[in-house]
Amino acid sequence: MRSEFQGIIKDAYEEFSEFQTMEMFGKMCDIRYFEENARIAYDNKLIKMPIYLSIGQESIPASISSVYKNPAIFGQHRAHGYYLAYGGNKNALVDELLHRESGCAKGMGGSASIHSPEIKMFGHDGLMGSNVPIATGYAFAKNFKKSEVNFVLTVVGDSAAEEDYIGPSFGWAATKKLPILYVCEDNNLSVLTQVKVRRNWNMVDLAESYGLKSVDITDDPWTIMYYTKKLQENLPAFMNIHTSKDVWHAGSGRDNPPKDWSWWKRFDLVKEKLNKKGLTKKINEIESYSKKRMNDLWKSKIN
Amino acid sequence: MVENVAETICKISRKHLEKNNGILLGQCLTAVGYVAGTVPEMNEEEGIIEVPTADVANGSFAVGMALAGRRPIYIVRYQGFQTYNSPEIINYAAKSKQMWGIPCPIFIRSIAMEGAIGPVASASHHGLFYRSPGIPIVAPMTPKEYLDAWDFFMKNDDPIYVSEHRRSFPIDYEMEDEVHQKADITLLPISATRLNSIEAKKELEKKGIKTNLVHLSWIRPFKISETMEYALKNSDRGALIIDGDYSNGVAKPLAHDLHLITGSEVRALGLEERVSGFAPQFDVLAPTAERIYTYVLEILKALH
Repeated sequence: MRSEFQGIIKDAYEEFSEFQTMEMFGKMCDIRYFEENARIAYDNKLIKMPIYLSIGQESIPASISSVYKNPAIFGQHRAHGYYLAYGGNKNALVDELLHRESGCAKGMGGSASIHSPEIKMFGHDGLMGSNVPIATGYAFAKNFKKSEVNFVLTVVGDSAAEEDYIGPSFGWAATKKLPILYVCEDNNLSVLTQVKVRRNWNMVDLAESYGLKSVDITDDPWTIMYYTKKLQENLPAFMNIHTSKDVWHAGSGRDNPPKDWSWWKRFDLVKEKLNKKGLTKKINEIESYSKKRMNDLWKSKIN
Repeated sequence: MVENVAETICKISRKHLEKNNGILLGQCLTAVGYVAGTVPEMNEEEGIIEVPTADVANGSFAVGMALAGRRPIYIVRYQGFQTYNSPEIINYAAKSKQMWGIPCPIFIRSIAMEGAIGPVASASHHGLFYRSPGIPIVAPMTPKEYLDAWDFFMKNDDPIYVSEHRRSFPIDYEMEDEVHQKADITLLPISATRLNSIEAKKELEKKGIKTNLVHLSWIRPFKISETMEYALKNSDRGALIIDGDYSNGVAKPLAHDLHLITGSEVRALGLEERVSGFAPQFDVLAPTAERIYTYVLEILKALH
């Protein structure tokens, strides 16, 4: 059953050092406050194009990037979080969102098609889920007759995951044993249509049927880090991660969600846990610092 | 020994795999005949990659391989199958350089045949790619034209759509343009209709109709050569583009461009606008020599 506890490993927190946890939390904060500023800029009509914010989903890119290092990244339209978590140039991302030629895609990419050669992040072309087969082909070619492993990461939502080239990608990756990690950010909604309306199957069964190691978990960052680390040894693999966005499909607002849609605020839950661990002072410092940096960054760009 | 088109393709491919760190992918490549002798008899270890029967995904795999720097040769054995191989080639490979400054060069070998496969209609469907920017299109029919297409691919970093035709594979000669000082009409055929046009020209000349023949190989970029311009300006009854695709694909836009440059009236003749069936009488085939001959007579009659 979809919830903030689904598939959670309660003691996963203990698997990671305080430094790793703080690094991960710092990334969550950077994504949160970058996106909050983007939301304000959008509301103030400084961003005149569709925007796909990651508010509420910060824990996924923050945790994966903390343990899955230096992969080639094939995100989809909602990819600010991965760009930031993997160290993409923040200035260039703000510029991109403000339609400037100094942007990371020189103004061509907008919010949905960002890229960054510096972090090996490839742009998305707007066709839902297309990044998955492209990433798979890349993983094949990049590792063909190579002695070193070139890791690849690709991310889709639960809707794009239904596209018909996803299954063959899983199949080919499994057949060729490619070092690729597939991630589905599953908020149970395609815009506002729930998974149960759209399909009677689930992504984990699909991935496993192709021979991929798979997990079905919630967006608890330590659980994600735990499994990412574990699965990295058994690639190709698939992670279905249940999550809740704080904004809806595109733009900055919120529609009325379906009445029976379960949701949670992972950012608050993470802070609650860290408070219980006696880390209040440290996380407050990290959060304040991150918030100030992101506010200053956006302010400097807008003024 | 003179090589034919199939041997030329095979040789190019082998060199690409052995010397250029290239890769070649497609479905059922190593089946009997190795795609009519155009694929070298090599194995996966050497770079011949058999992909699953997943056409949309396969086109996307090719895109990923190009991004990885392998300059893939991607073989689609029936051009009609481009309907579902093309999405990511058109939407990613062809746009990547302009979108992100990241080239995505793929050599797309798209093979046409003379009908006989029903609604798939595997004629020369280069029109599917023509409507999107960012991808050069060429329909080589001779060894030299094929080598030119390959040379273009290797010197540039765009994906390129190579509209092949099985009738070209045994061709081991070049086709020269034939231009009169003063002609009645100019034929500008593409792909396998070039062979039919050669036959049609013979019959038209027998009837006293002076017929220019200018072969078209490059569809995009489409350069109007001096020969073409001369032929059209000295062609009393205009010109006719003949294509193995529907005339609303490539032929009419090219006719439009030629008209603007030369002032000549340029018409287009292509596949009939109907769905092809399996039975021979329901097939939709490229204009035959007879059809071209008849159509030219109709034009001349209408203009009298």
